[in-house]
Amino acid sequence: MHIVVCVKQVPDWDIPPSSFKVDEAAKRVVSPPGVAPVRSQFDEIGVEAAMRLKDQSPDTKVTIMSMGPEEARDAIKHSLAMGADEGLLLTDPLFEDLDWYQIALVLSTAVKKLDAVDFVICGRQAVDWDMGVTGTGIAELLGWPALTIGKDVQVNDGTAVVERVLMDGFETVEAPLPVVATVSNELGEPRYPKLQQIMKAARKQVTVWSAADLGLDASQLGEEARKLTLERLYIPVSDSECEIIEGDTPEEKAQNLARKLSEAKLI
Amino acid sequence: MANAILVVGEVAEGALVPISAELLGGARRLAEGSDQTVACVLLGSGVEGVAQEAIAFGADEAFVVDDPALTEYNSDVYLQAMLKVAEQLSPAMILFGQTNLGRDLAPRLAFRLETGVIMDCVEMTMEGGRLMATRPCYGGNARAVNAVRTDPQIATVRAKSQDPLERDDSRQGQVTKIDAGIDQAAVRVKVTERKGMTAEGVRLEDADVVVSAGRGLGGPENFDVIEELAGALGAAVGASRAVCDLGWRPVSDQVGLTGKVVSPTLYIAIAISGASQHMAGCSGSKNIVAINKDPDANIFKASRFGIVEDYAKVVKPLTEAVQREKGG
Ligand SMILES: Cc1cc2nc3c(=O)[nH]c(=O)nc-3n(C[C@H](O)[C@H](O)[C@H](O)COP(=O)(O)OP(=O)(O)OC[C@H]3O[C@@H](n4cnc5c(N)ncnc54)[C@H](O)[C@@H]3O)c2cc1C
Repeated sequence: MHIVVCVKQVPDWDIPPSSFKVDEAAKRVVSPPGVAPVRSQFDEIGVEAAMRLKDQSPDTKVTIMSMGPEEARDAIKHSLAMGADEGLLLTDPLFEDLDWYQIALVLSTAVKKLDAVDFVICGRQAVDWDMGVTGTGIAELLGWPALTIGKDVQVNDGTAVVERVLMDGFETVEAPLPVVATVSNELGEPRYPKLQQIMKAARKQVTVWSAADLGLDASQLGEEARKLTLERLYIPVSDSECEIIEGDTPEEKAQNLARKLSEAKLI
Repeated sequence: MANAILVVGEVAEGALVPISAELLGGARRLAEGSDQTVACVLLGSGVEGVAQEAIAFGADEAFVVDDPALTEYNSDVYLQAMLKVAEQLSPAMILFGQTNLGRDLAPRLAFRLETGVIMDCVEMTMEGGRLMATRPCYGGNARAVNAVRTDPQIATVRAKSQDPLERDDSRQGQVTKIDAGIDQAAVRVKVTERKGMTAEGVRLEDADVVVSAGRGLGGPENFDVIEELAGALGAAVGASRAVCDLGWRPVSDQVGLTGKVVSPTLYIAIAISGASQHMAGCSGSKNIVAINKDPDANIFKASRFGIVEDYAKVVKPLTEAVQREKGG
């Protein structure tokens, strides 16, 4: 079985909200100086899902695919250290400002070019834009089923079985391979690479493909070909002013709060 | 129908779900002052009777795709049905709720129709016939305004972000059936099991008061005091993702970006730091009260009232004080 996991590098989300900055003119998020990009959280869970399948069937090949700048190599290397077999970096100036249709086009074209892929795994959404459509988009462009927001991913006799997280429960869905699945944090923590694996991964070659390698050009990936436009990006202002309830003892604070809530007709 | 805004309505227990009524209200406001009409499509089995309800909540006309194959959501089956609907009606815009159905089906439909989709919108306006949709991104830290260039423009809309119209049963509108014509041979996906997690008491997303607690509680056993406070307030209990990831509470209790969106009158956050991803699920609350021992916790920035204290020392007295206030 050949599994491809899509891993995106994103600005570090774990920074205090006060250091989160947006360049409104460029419609871009500006990372604080010295803060390196990180792997999108759900994508690491995708790598974990693939590695669990490989644990069960060791002859499984796991390819990590990342579209992004040269630095995205770091995300690939980390995933290789988690136990993945091969890395593929899709990098090209044409890939820099794509909408989701174009992103799914690039990724699905790469899947077609790779050797006999059975399974594509993505995070449920990338933690930068939180759009949550890339996995489904890849599936649609490949003509495969998509089993989304998984907390458990299995393959039995050529059929993918995914337990999905619903808003009020879970459901199990299955479809014959090839399929795309997206995964959520409920699947569990991604494994931590051991030092030895990190060293081994550092020596591995990462294949690099450009737009031309995929047979794609500006007619598909240019600004004109976007289906979605970004009109504005900004930080919402909160006008809330917090009144800290004081008191000599915790009990008194509690009583004062209850009184405030009562006065405000909230209880 | 090239000038119709089509709302994909959802039905539960024989009635239109609240988010669908909200969407119809939102669609009506978008259509205001233009020649656009608002249509609602209902997919399911035995849903025809709900069409009148969609009209009462603002649809000019309703379409019903009634087929036993649509009894429960299956992505392959529903996609086929929606493709048929889109082909027959060619609407200018299709709006889904950001629900189990919407978040799965809307992107699928958009890619199949080679158009764009905007997920999880919280504000919608119309500019020159195009939808301008505002959505939270970067874990709730930022807002993006997006537009779809191609037709139909597809979007999903967050629960409680739009106000429904007052139900008016005197409103009239045509109801038309559409044949789903499901090709079972083309259905690859099979749903084999569904487990509901029906919470006892008040449903989190409908509750007027929510008491949520976070990792600072230290352990699942400490939710007892949280439940007592919730009991005194008649509130539903929520949790942060940290708590659900630790297995202290079921996933269905999670409030936030990847959990539930709540907008109660009163949201009490106990030992929750107030990460942007958590706030994404509760910032629509009318009043937030925070109890946290860290005076610099982000949660205070969004709160109306706060107590800086160890929760273990204030929650019990707060429960008693609430009981007294309510009783007296
Ligand atoms: C893509 C993505 C999606 C996410 N989605 C969600 C989501 O849907 N919902 C969600 O909640 N999170 C979500 N998160 C996680 C989020 O970033 C935070 O990690 C999480 O909300 C933290 O939970 P917490 O506040 O309970 O824990 P912590 O951040 O650990 O905060 C604990 C708080 O408790 C306080 N505390 C400790 N002890 C006491 C005490 N004795 N008395 C009083 N206060 C005390 C501390 O001061 C602290 O403020 C998401 C993250 C990512 C990256």
